[in-house]
Amino acid sequence: MSHTSRHPALAAEFVSNEDRTHWHDQALWFVRQKRDRMARALPEWETLREKASQIKHHTMSRLDHYLEQFESNATQRGAQVHWARDAQEHNKIVLDILRARGVTRIVKSKSMLTEECHLNPHLEQHGIEVVDTDLGERIVQLKENPPSHIVLPAIHLKKEEVGEIFHRHLGTEEGASDPNYLTEAARGHLREKFMGAQAGISGVNFAVAETGGVVVCTNEGNADLGTSLPPLHIACVGIEKLVPRWEDLGVFTRLLARSATGQPITGYTSHFHGPPPGGELHIVLVDNGRSEILADEQHRRSLHCIRCGACINTCPVYRRSGGYSYHATIPGPIGSALGPSRDAQQHYDLPYACSLCGSCTDVCPVKIDLHEQLLVWRHQIVARRLLPWRKRALMKLLSVTFRNTWMFVLAGKLARWTVPWMPRALIYNPLNDWGKEREIPQMPKHSFREMYKKRYGK
Amino acid sequence: MESKQAILRAVRQALPPETEHPALDDGHWIRYEDRVSQFAEVLGAVGGKCAVVTGMDELNEQLGRLSAFSEAKKVCSCIPGAGSSHVNLDDIEDPHVLEDVDFAILPGEFGVAENGAVWLTDAPLKHRVICFIPQHLAIVIRASGDPADMIVDNMHQAYKRISFDGPGFGLFVSGPSKTADIEQSLVIGAHGPRSLTVFLLCE
Repeated sequence: MSHTSRHPALAAEFVSNEDRTHWHDQALWFVRQKRDRMARALPEWETLREKASQIKHHTMSRLDHYLEQFESNATQRGAQVHWARDAQEHNKIVLDILRARGVTRIVKSKSMLTEECHLNPHLEQHGIEVVDTDLGERIVQLKENPPSHIVLPAIHLKKEEVGEIFHRHLGTEEGASDPNYLTEAARGHLREKFMGAQAGISGVNFAVAETGGVVVCTNEGNADLGTSLPPLHIACVGIEKLVPRWEDLGVFTRLLARSATGQPITGYTSHFHGPPPGGELHIVLVDNGRSEILADEQHRRSLHCIRCGACINTCPVYRRSGGYSYHATIPGPIGSALGPSRDAQQHYDLPYACSLCGSCTDVCPVKIDLHEQLLVWRHQIVARRLLPWRKRALMKLLSVTFRNTWMFVLAGKLARWTVPWMPRALIYNPLNDWGKEREIPQMPKHSFREMYKKRYGK
Repeated sequence: MESKQAILRAVRQALPPETEHPALDDGHWIRYEDRVSQFAEVLGAVGGKCAVVTGMDELNEQLGRLSAFSEAKKVCSCIPGAGSSHVNLDDIEDPHVLEDVDFAILPGEFGVAENGAVWLTDAPLKHRVICFIPQHLAIVIRASGDPADMIVDNMHQAYKRISFDGPGFGLFVSGPSKTADIEQSLVIGAHGPRSLTVFLLCE
């Protein structure tokens, strides 16, 4: 990867197709509007958000206690609880469980955690067939791409493209693009996979300390089919997904689907307490950098995220640049807040993929101050000297110019004198990032300072 | 359990100052004057159907009018007297044989007015997959008196009502299985049931 910022470069690729950009923008705005209608239909919406935020604050302040309580209660109900410090350990635990039982075919429902840990390639390397069963995830899996959105994994693809992928992999008719037809084809294809799977892997939306249960939310019912046919269920959960009490679920299940897709609740909200008779339930608790984020006073609130995607749907930058421009497992505002926590050098550009409009903060169901987190990140990225030299030098120059009246005046004069005479190629030179998509404004004859002086003297 | 200790140690060192767990009883959570019609309306909006029936005869009569039921070749009814069952869950060892069930009739415990969801558990169901694998699903909620007693207003009341000492698995179902993963077009019947009918049975 070149040293120029990656988000702008990847976004440029996405916006080069103007129609698609517009379509993508509209598709996500449609979801945002559905969310608004749901939020407005509940008079207590703001109270719910506040309670959710308070529950999360409280949970994080006693996370050690709740983790232990969860383990003890889950174990009592017959589940086996595993602890993984990082992605590598997580993947090893899952692989060991599967291998010990001779499993070679698994079905998986949506889990951003397993995306983050790159579980699929790890299992595949060891000869295990992994089938993502969420329709959107299956589409991108067949295309050998990661999801471009955490709730709508294939939101960037048009139905014609899905039709082409299915034609190639599932043998649907060439050129067919009717969503009903394609979904039906996927249903048949995935039924076979469900029937043949020896184990089901799922993510977890909420893990309840008080009861030792895990809650999984889907619309398709894929997590349920995938975990109730085979005798083995492995549930992978980040340690931040804990909620203290059973009754807390009332708050979160009311917020999650309304915020995510504008539905009153997900189609299936499943509560697993222990394994089914004769089966096994394994729960893998994963840290993978979360305790480090918890230690960071400035950014720990980003752990409150319940992965609804509302901030992504509303983000004017995401809507117009697509999920892949973020080059991170989780895109959009929350991804830009989490990415640098994981690796600030790698993700230094993400907090800049933001207009600081604050819309993400307004819609976040657990009231994470997302745009402020991004601003704080910018300060830290500058302080850690992670910006490319060009941007650093430019910022330094501007800072000095703005602080010295004579330099500011001189710069203005120079620009007004020289720019009108400069050839285009010189103004829009490769160093002028600003001018890539914009025209420099017409230079006025006089500056504001000069006009003011002329009118009022002094 | 080296990793467990390492994670807990790291978490303990990172804990923010302690804050209170909020009380949830003081929220003025939404209530509905007519819970049954609110439930039916929301269920309709998410692709399901709700019918209030008095007595098993009326339930069977309404079932018969559903083409999904009358055309079903293999029915699995877990409610004695409702439909005629071709499959008895208790006789089955391998849940995979349920793959070709066309229509299942299952007991639900109660409904939720705010979101059209029904709570059911696998306590009376030997194989929980019967909730997800049939082509079509009907859920029967029984009450001895007013059908409004079978519906709570909101999810806070719902979670209060559930005791989970017994059942290992429970779920809220809201409408049939669906997806909008292709261009945001809503398609009913993703992996699970293609239709959901909820009967409120007054006896």
